[in-house]
Amino acid sequence: MDTSQPEADASGAPPLAPLAITTREGPPTTATEVVFELRDLGVYYGRTLAVDGVSMKVYKNVITAMIGPSGCGKSTVVRTLNRMNDSVPGFRVTGEALYHDNDIYGPGVDPVEVRRRIGMVFQRPNPFPKSIYDNVAWAPRILGMKSGLDERVEKALRGAALWDEVKDRLKGSALGLSGGQQQRLCIARSIAIEPDVLLLDEPCSALDPIATASVEELMQDLKRTYTLVIVTHNMQQAARVAERTAFFSLDVSNGRRAGVLIEYDDTEKLFTRPNDKRTEDYVTGRFG
Amino acid sequence: MSVPLDPARPLTATGGNLRRRRRVDQTVRGIATLAALVAVAILVIVIVTVASNGASQLSISFLTKDPTGVLGAAGGGIASAIVGSAMIVAVATAMALPLGVLIAIYLTEFSKPRTARPIRLALDLLNGLPSIVIAVFVFGLLVEGHQQTGFAASFALAIIMVPLIARTTQEMLRLVPQELRDASHALGISRWRTIVGIVLPSALGGILTGMVLAVARAAGETAPMLLLSSIFGVGTTINIFGTALPNIPYIIFSDSESGFPSDHARAWGAALVLIAFILVGNLTARAMLARQRRRIMSR
Repeated sequence: MDTSQPEADASGAPPLAPLAITTREGPPTTATEVVFELRDLGVYYGRTLAVDGVSMKVYKNVITAMIGPSGCGKSTVVRTLNRMNDSVPGFRVTGEALYHDNDIYGPGVDPVEVRRRIGMVFQRPNPFPKSIYDNVAWAPRILGMKSGLDERVEKALRGAALWDEVKDRLKGSALGLSGGQQQRLCIARSIAIEPDVLLLDEPCSALDPIATASVEELMQDLKRTYTLVIVTHNMQQAARVAERTAFFSLDVSNGRRAGVLIEYDDTEKLFTRPNDKRTEDYVTGRFG
Repeated sequence: MSVPLDPARPLTATGGNLRRRRRVDQTVRGIATLAALVAVAILVIVIVTVASNGASQLSISFLTKDPTGVLGAAGGGIASAIVGSAMIVAVATAMALPLGVLIAIYLTEFSKPRTARPIRLALDLLNGLPSIVIAVFVFGLLVEGHQQTGFAASFALAIIMVPLIARTTQEMLRLVPQELRDASHALGISRWRTIVGIVLPSALGGILTGMVLAVARAAGETAPMLLLSSIFGVGTTINIFGTALPNIPYIIFSDSESGFPSDHARAWGAALVLIAFILVGNLTARAMLARQRRRIMSR
């Protein structure tokens, strides 16, 4: 097994990066490597402009949150990052979406390879109707990571803080787990193939507060190894987990309804001293 | 409507309107219940009739011996027809199952709505084609100028089975949640591997049930047998490409046309074997489906 990745385990793990360093201009000083760079990104569904003019950078080993009211395009943007929208009829992008300086929508780019590196956890837990073990082991097996499969499964389940709860029932059906366990299993499944980035599309919206807390705690562990982007409509969640937060809103001027990026900054700054009136209205609860 | 409602009135039907509505309600319910019972009754009557007439025929030798070949003689069995029917249906299934499943995969996983609609329509029309028409077509294609073969009958049955299998499989594949496909795609798994590894296993029970139902339908088809596999000897053979094979539907047809009581009895016996095969197949398929569903759902 490839052991170059740092263990998400407590032993030998690098110390936690200080949270939310609030420099106004740049990214948190602990991590400056850019993973995603969006340049004037626009998304069309058929002739409808769903998202317009989004420019932002996502930094390595940082949790970046996307917040905003329903329909503001935050899910569309995050699903654009790993080409999950390709199957939507009429889907088209304008502008540029760069991943480590490679255009995600460039010619010859294989969406399968994109998703191999950029994993995704969905709104509703969606484990496969297989055993717990096979849920985690299936993708590595297909992708040719066959050696040390048992260790890989254990590592992924430990990484998702699920190992102790399921180690005695690995052959049991994944559908017998609770919602929170299922979601952590989905995270384990994603990290078992050692992606570079994990996109989380409202991962806690179907979970109760206790399960939510465990997933949020898990995210703090995961960011040491992975770059995380989380879409959430729960502002408190963004404030709790993310160093950087992007606020999206719906622009209804000129007879159009398109999601736009209003403000993108360090989380603390965005929630306490936002630059834009619309951000302030949203985070203080006056709107949305 | 004009009379103000008195809320303190007893909650029993006093007004004529309400009483009439209740009568209509009960009548309609009675008729519907009766209709449902008729469906069950027809099945029971058919099974009981076939069983009571055919049961006396059933014996080990009936199932294991070939016909005597002597006109009007009692005794002899239908072993050759059982083997022949099994061969014909098995070869038909071997052709129709992969084709039908692939069509369903194309329809649910790859096609756009604009191409899927005409294909679905074509399958429905194919499903509605009278089996005698399919039999004549295959006769012209494979038999005319050559000879009857069991394979020709298989070919015709396969044409009958393809739309059945394709449509039931398609319905089953559509029930597989999109989230499972998304989950697999998000792991960097290609479309084809997703279909083979996630979509088909999730729908396996349904696909098998569709297959068994198609087999049950095909096993009883008589028209193709009359044209394509009706001139055969008395012995058991599995030479499906070389000669016509004896088969149960044709035995039932020809023996019930005969003037000898012993042949009539054999026809009833063969009918019982056929119906038992279809019922057992049907019930097994359903049990398999239920078991698989339980296994997936349970912890």
